[in-house]
Amino acid sequence: MSFGPHLLLALLEGTVTAFVLALTALGLSLVFGVMRIVNVAHGEFFMLGAVLAWAFSTLVPDSPALGFLLALVGSALVVGGVAIAADRLILRRLNYAPEPTIVATIGLLYIIQQVVLTVYGPNANPVVPPINFRVVFPWFGYSGYKLVVIGASAVLLAPPWYTLTRTRIGLVMRATQFDRETAQSFGIPVDRVYSAVFALGAMLAAVAGVLIVPIQQAHYLMGLDPLLLSFIVVILGGLGSLRGTLVAAFVIGISDGVISVFYSATLAKIIATLFVALVLVVRREGLFGEKRQ
Amino acid sequence: MDHTKTGSNGIRRARVTRRSVIKGLGAAGALTASGLMPGAMRYVQAQSSAPIKIGFQAHLTGIGAGYGRWYQRTTAAAVKLINDAGGIGGRPIELITEDDGTDPKRGAEVVEKFATEHKVDFVFGTLFSHVVVGSAPTAGQLKMPYFVVSEGYHVASGKLNRYVFQPGITDVRSQVTSMAPWVAGNLGKKVAMIFPDYAFGHDHRDFFSKAIAAQGGAAIALIPIPATETSYTRYFAQIPAETEVIYHVMVGPGVLTFVKEMGEHFGSKRPQIFGFIDSLEAVDIASPGLEFLDGTYFWEAYPRYAQKDQSAFDRFYRQAVGVDDKGAALNDPKDISTYSHMFGCWETLYVIKAAVEQSGYRSATPKDKAALIESVEAMTDFAESNEHPQGAKKFNGRIHQVFGHQNISKVEGGRLNVVHRTSLEDGMYEPEADYRTQSL
Repeated sequence: MSFGPHLLLALLEGTVTAFVLALTALGLSLVFGVMRIVNVAHGEFFMLGAVLAWAFSTLVPDSPALGFLLALVGSALVVGGVAIAADRLILRRLNYAPEPTIVATIGLLYIIQQVVLTVYGPNANPVVPPINFRVVFPWFGYSGYKLVVIGASAVLLAPPWYTLTRTRIGLVMRATQFDRETAQSFGIPVDRVYSAVFALGAMLAAVAGVLIVPIQQAHYLMGLDPLLLSFIVVILGGLGSLRGTLVAAFVIGISDGVISVFYSATLAKIIATLFVALVLVVRREGLFGEKRQ
Repeated sequence: MDHTKTGSNGIRRARVTRRSVIKGLGAAGALTASGLMPGAMRYVQAQSSAPIKIGFQAHLTGIGAGYGRWYQRTTAAAVKLINDAGGIGGRPIELITEDDGTDPKRGAEVVEKFATEHKVDFVFGTLFSHVVVGSAPTAGQLKMPYFVVSEGYHVASGKLNRYVFQPGITDVRSQVTSMAPWVAGNLGKKVAMIFPDYAFGHDHRDFFSKAIAAQGGAAIALIPIPATETSYTRYFAQIPAETEVIYHVMVGPGVLTFVKEMGEHFGSKRPQIFGFIDSLEAVDIASPGLEFLDGTYFWEAYPRYAQKDQSAFDRFYRQAVGVDDKGAALNDPKDISTYSHMFGCWETLYVIKAAVEQSGYRSATPKDKAALIESVEAMTDFAESNEHPQGAKKFNGRIHQVFGHQNISKVEGGRLNVVHRTSLEDGMYEPEADYRTQSL
């Protein structure tokens, strides 16, 4: 393949990765920004979204499109519920202390993974894409559904973004992020804000999982990769900065696509990790993170 | 010291002291530690009827789970048949299954657990090459006969140890050597290879490159894919335009994605495609998105679809394992088998049976184990039979490896039809090692 088409394919692949990554990493970033906890189980919410998408799609085997919409809503709600339960039962009891919550979410990671393994089983199950067509370029063909994923991710990114930056709820969240105790003394129900934020973060990951499952198949070990990439994105973008997260998702996603098409996927991961390390040396707070004393 | 006293009614009553309690506890502990005592006693009295314990190292979870499920079913079917027919030399097989999570480290732990905790006679059934390579040293250290069903060249290479055997399935080197002439003669000589980036894939890379070069062709692109990869489109871009044949072999939970994305990328404007059925094991060939496979070719060790000239042995084997004529589970047409691999479990169990009976193996003593190993090493031919339904095979005791027929099948109308079957000689190569020189 000559350079032009090769680059086009690389950019397409990179854009798909970037949008899905943006959704997943936004959830992780939100939870860190507002609650100041590192959620190691974030990738399992992604996996749970994908596995539930398979379950919902089997309810309506004759209509992939309907199954997909059902999965999008249903998986998000179920995963949101799981997240609220985890927040109430575990995180709140640890008083959101940084170190214990890291250990607790590692535990949560294994619990979710093993429950899925027990209930759903060890096999990878495919989900039929809601729309199945092949885009034919003169040099190669491309999955039409992947283009749908780009569009759907963009649409799904909008509501949380709008909520956080333009609405009263977003203001309350940002106030809690800025100073938890002051927010509490001004009558903001911090506990409820935390539950909502944790649920929203998990739902973003779940929705990303639903979008990706017709491409990748649902498997109980699929949560690891998105977790690692999300961490890279969130650290690069600046912990807690939503704008930074989005920018970093595109930097990492597109560069991953281009490097892995032209060279190798392993090299892409190596370069991404080195790049993050380099940024942290120069700017400890990440690209867009606020400076802290 | 007397801990009893005579009561007023003249009956001697035990007085409970601290020391007597401790003594009692000690005795109870010793009994418990000796294992399930009544069970152990029974077999001491009747050695001949004690079961032969076989540890089944199974990939029930992790990336090998699709294979593990079917390895388990095939093994269960063979064990039942053997036991119903009187067991091994009159002793029933007791199968103990442990999941290794398709993980090399856990694999080694499982082998150790079989030896020290379950005290099995043999360990068997491992498939994924990295798990075999990770577990084999432990088997060697513990002097545990270890029968793998893996395909990798690692056994035949001589790099493992004298306790490791592969008597049920042909290794990759033999498979690709036997098929390269047909690929070069019928599909093309410029080959782009896509393979998993670990031992099993490297065997394909090394030996097929050599074999195609020997036919006057060349592997013009070598594209390794990391074991945990989930997206494959990016790799297809690396296939050069002048490629005549794409050679693909992929394993793990992503195989359906792999083949689908290959179809999206190439559509009908594709080179010839020759794949290993590994890329589609446990996957329905009629899955949406796989239509482009029509007219492509697959290696199959054992044809998934019952062929026109199906042998009576295949009919018997399919029925016993519970597989229909399309290679799916009898009770669930969507549950596709790993037909080209799992027969290896069946055939390996029958090799173990023959070896135990021929060597007079009785228990896991060094002498009996040595006799068993020498007995397997002395084997040369397996005739096509209910015990070896995939076909006749030759066994090479020097390298502990079996050699069988291979099939090339064409996808036609959503099923696989065999178009070529290699001879045993096609797959022979000069052995590079001799395990028999290692001490036992």
